[in-house]
Amino acid sequence: MSITIQQTAATPYSRVLGVGGVRGDRAVPNDELVGPIDSSDEWIRQRTGIITRTRSGPEVDVLDLAEGAARKALEHAGIDASQLDVVILSTVTYFRQTPAGATQVADRIGATPSAAYDISAACAGYTYGIAQADALVRSGVAKHVLVIGAEKMSDFVDPTDRSISFLLGDGAGAAVVGPSDFPGIGPTIWGSDGGRSEVINQNLTWRQAIDEGTWPTLRQEGPTVFKWASFQMAPVAQQALDAAGVTADQIQAFIPHQANMRIIDQLIKQLKLPDGIAVGRDIAETGNTSAASIPLALERLYREGQVTSGDLALQIGFGAGLVYGAQVIVLP
Amino acid sequence: MALSEQDVLAGLTEIIVEETGIAAGDVASEKSFTDDLDIDSLSMMTIVAQAEDKFEVTIPDDEVKNLSTVGDAVAFITKAQA
Repeated sequence: MSITIQQTAATPYSRVLGVGGVRGDRAVPNDELVGPIDSSDEWIRQRTGIITRTRSGPEVDVLDLAEGAARKALEHAGIDASQLDVVILSTVTYFRQTPAGATQVADRIGATPSAAYDISAACAGYTYGIAQADALVRSGVAKHVLVIGAEKMSDFVDPTDRSISFLLGDGAGAAVVGPSDFPGIGPTIWGSDGGRSEVINQNLTWRQAIDEGTWPTLRQEGPTVFKWASFQMAPVAQQALDAAGVTADQIQAFIPHQANMRIIDQLIKQLKLPDGIAVGRDIAETGNTSAASIPLALERLYREGQVTSGDLALQIGFGAGLVYGAQVIVLP
Repeated sequence: MALSEQDVLAGLTEIIVEETGIAAGDVASEKSFTDDLDIDSLSMMTIVAQAEDKFEVTIPDDEVKNLSTVGDAVAFITKAQA
């Protein structure tokens, strides 16, 4: 006679219970970076909308940033770290291949023995993490999941690079996802296009960098990325709205990855978002913090009183891979 | 049916005016996107994306650097339609 094993029981709904973020403690103005790239404050503002980017000093590493964001998200959610079942850290700037940074963050915040692992999805990493957390909670595999996007991008900059380095900032954002009485996370629209890996990447593998006695940095083909993000991501964002069953005039906030203010403006235009909607524009002061940018932009919208609990927000991340992910969430 | 170069120029001019605010009368075949019309690389990509949509053609990113003047773009689009 065969034995029937038990499986975890699913729960119908999940939602984001709390978010939080921390930024690098120094606001670096454009004037500090323009010399080696023969540029100007005006040029950077006009091309990117960036006025400052926040960066951390050498005494702070990406796990410190992750820990700070995690603690704030837990506080906002009213969840104790001991209640976490899974900690997911999305980062491309943690230099230790193993053990995963998430295990260290989980231990620091008191979440041990939660499951903990890192994911690599660059600027889409936060939305990938939310997709996983949503699935883990609704499948019953986990009750509470902490998603962290943390980056110390300043470790990967080349001061003479005119393509991306001057955009980059340091920071971390986090969200606690848990069970809900109502649908709180819409279907995730996500994907990748590895055939276009060269348009944004780390310029050298670690092996190449070691052999050449140098350090890898980030590069992008700016205009190509701009076109892709502005015109191919708008339909992805629209699909996320459609999948959630809402229209552009029914959401209260739009929180795209903070890559370039002109991409944000073009997405708003393509999506025909109504005037007066809250828009994440944290890039002006924080710069591009990759996986951290969406939760940091959301944190700012809360702080400035532009959003409130119960609002519907469309969030979309996109970046190196190429990868992208979008979903509608109910704000905690 | 493929549009003539004149029709493509008219359509492209509309896109350029919409993106940049430049007066339609200032857009002409011999004008350089960068030197005469002061269009930066990101605005250029916006114009390219909208031209692809409007004229139902593909303009590869690698090709954009070869489109120095409005006339270059008109010629490329006209040929790509065929």
